[in-house]
Amino acid sequence: MPVSAKQEQIALAGKPNSGKSTLFNRLTGLNQKIGNFPGVTVEKRTGVVALTSGQHLLIDLPGTYSLYARTPDERVVAEIFADHRNEHYPDKVILVADATSLKNSLLLLTQIIDLGLPVVLAINMIDLAAKSGQSIDVKKLSFALGIPIVLLNARSGEGIDDLKKILGGPIQPSSRKIFETDQEFLPTVNAVRQKLLLRSEYEAYHFLQQSGHIPDADERQYVQSEANRGGFYPGKYQGAETIHRYKYIQDLLNEVITRAPDPARKKISHNIDRVLTHRLWGYAIFFAILFLIFQAIFAWAEVPMDLIDTSFARLGAWLNSVLPTGPLFDLLSKGIIPGIGGIVIFIPQIAILFGFISVLEETGYMARVVFMMDKVMSRFGLSGKSVIPLISGWACAIPAIMATRTIESWKDRLITIFVTPFMSCSARLPVFAILVALTIPDTALLGFINLQGVVLFGLYFLGLLAALLTALVLKLIIRTRERSFFIMEMPAYRVPAWKNVGYTIVEKTKSFVFGAGKIILAISVVLWLLASFGPPGEMERAEQSAVNHPGYASLSSQEQHDLIAAAKLEHSYAGIVGRSIEPVIRPLGYDWKIGIALVTSFAAREVFVATMATIYSIGSAEDETTVRNRLASEVNPETGGPRFTTAVGMSLLIFYTFAMQCMSTLAIVKRETGGWKWPVLQLLCMTSMAYLCALAVYQALA
Amino acid sequence: MKPGEVAVISGFTEEETSAKLLEMGFLPGSAVRYNYKAPAGDPICVSVSGYDLTLRIREASTITVII
Repeated sequence: MPVSAKQEQIALAGKPNSGKSTLFNRLTGLNQKIGNFPGVTVEKRTGVVALTSGQHLLIDLPGTYSLYARTPDERVVAEIFADHRNEHYPDKVILVADATSLKNSLLLLTQIIDLGLPVVLAINMIDLAAKSGQSIDVKKLSFALGIPIVLLNARSGEGIDDLKKILGGPIQPSSRKIFETDQEFLPTVNAVRQKLLLRSEYEAYHFLQQSGHIPDADERQYVQSEANRGGFYPGKYQGAETIHRYKYIQDLLNEVITRAPDPARKKISHNIDRVLTHRLWGYAIFFAILFLIFQAIFAWAEVPMDLIDTSFARLGAWLNSVLPTGPLFDLLSKGIIPGIGGIVIFIPQIAILFGFISVLEETGYMARVVFMMDKVMSRFGLSGKSVIPLISGWACAIPAIMATRTIESWKDRLITIFVTPFMSCSARLPVFAILVALTIPDTALLGFINLQGVVLFGLYFLGLLAALLTALVLKLIIRTRERSFFIMEMPAYRVPAWKNVGYTIVEKTKSFVFGAGKIILAISVVLWLLASFGPPGEMERAEQSAVNHPGYASLSSQEQHDLIAAAKLEHSYAGIVGRSIEPVIRPLGYDWKIGIALVTSFAAREVFVATMATIYSIGSAEDETTVRNRLASEVNPETGGPRFTTAVGMSLLIFYTFAMQCMSTLAIVKRETGGWKWPVLQLLCMTSMAYLCALAVYQALA
Repeated sequence: MKPGEVAVISGFTEEETSAKLLEMGFLPGSAVRYNYKAPAGDPICVSVSGYDLTLRIREASTITVII
């Protein structure tokens, strides 16, 4: 987003779980924009906040405890604050602290003060601190730190006006210097500061400490040579600095906290934990919640999905009837409208899933799940933190892969990214639904369990199993010397802030619609083009031969229309592609028509149903029962029996469970891993697994 | 240490892990309480500097304490 020279930038910083996002939502409302920080893949949330001094740009920074970064998210914070030439170097900073754990909230603050940035300390969750019996002498703290302080309850909005008032006026940077550079290195630090025209001693100190991350190569070389000359080893003095800062904070808190919190309140949280992380109840409750989420995605989402489905079908049909015929209008009613429908249909499932995940995170339960699952997941080379991306993968791999950013270890994160697409996302569901209904007998097992349901559940389980086993293999292959960390704060249990849940749902849905949506739409249009056109003359010849077909005259006009359409398709560009790959897919039990659907669904799986509908010459792809009936009556010319036997169906189901058929996911993996290596490996690995397993299944059943 | 026990942190055995532990508030001289462990035995939950943290046994084992 281009920032006008005059617009002031305010940065929102603080440790994780300090209520930064709640405050951000409070200050900006729906007036926010999500993008990326330049060059890196860290999500950047910006919004506009109206103050007495005008409109200002508010940037929500990733949560971090200090400027010494370990994850890409944290690095962004260090880069913005510790380099005044950064595009997002703020004019003012709001540091959000958690009143119930002030000590570790203030570490970052002392660093920001030393950088000479004008900062306001916003002590959030003041209601919780008050309930625990803690009281703080704000005046004294404000005087000691030399900065303005506001007490906040970001959820209820208490204190927001005070904060806005302070932000609207001028803020002076604190004159305090909390951390003094060791005398020994002062000449080195000052040399760097003068040469690079840095604003504070601590900024220069940080350049030396994190010299490996200086973006400009010449500067990096200069700083590193300067460090060598002065005997300064980056990172070595970090521990001493942290201890010094905490000592300062502790002395300060001893003076300003007039009453310590009552430890009894902690007991309640620990007692809840005793049940929720119990070796039996803990897992039972977790699986019950998963079951509920599943139920919601499949049962509750059906009503709005059906509604969207029929509305788009009607819209297409209506357009078809009112618009004059011609390729351009055809493109609209048969390419673009079903394309958009194919995106919109997933909104209910994605919204429900992210609603649940957001509630679980807001209440603090997700931290317990991560805690409980860590040991199990680490056996497979994953981390407890991989649980959230894997669960999100059941809705859509794109936001799921973005959710891996909280995983600190690169190896754990890479493996999670690699295996997440095995989780059966909602795009596989329409493919599964139609194939299961078509090829799996609708019989009952043991009298009450539906066989089709068992197969569907089995496919989801198979996806999960494939994810875990692949992770296990990768764990053995990828070598790293990097240590993985699992040190995180256990947040207190609390009632979710429903507004935040709402914002999360809107955000995630938006990023799906505009991220994946673009590709799905583009593919629908390309597919329509390929299926509607062929080499010059071929299509006309195909139509002519259909008309000359014996018995053509005795068909109804609808049947005549279908026959011509089918003949044309066979000779279109799409048909040529389908027939050329037929030898490769024949051992799996597929013909050229299924081949076209396979090729197109490498862009996005859900295109399968629409493609099958087009290929089997049905006017509208939107009505699944018609597609199903058409597929059921399709005859295999070699056997004389139905084309879609149980063997073909199972083979296709297995193929779709394993295959990497989503361009948007590949694009996001490329972005997150910074190159083509991993997405290409992922594509090859998943697709060959899909091919081999489908081959084995078909050969065993046929 | 056993769940429920309190000890005082005396130092660290690994520099790499200590930087992160220090930032999270594991300061030499401060008290740490072992609250409980995960159902699978690892990680564990401890209280230090007035809040609850989780860490793996491997990480916890780099902290030396005096009981």
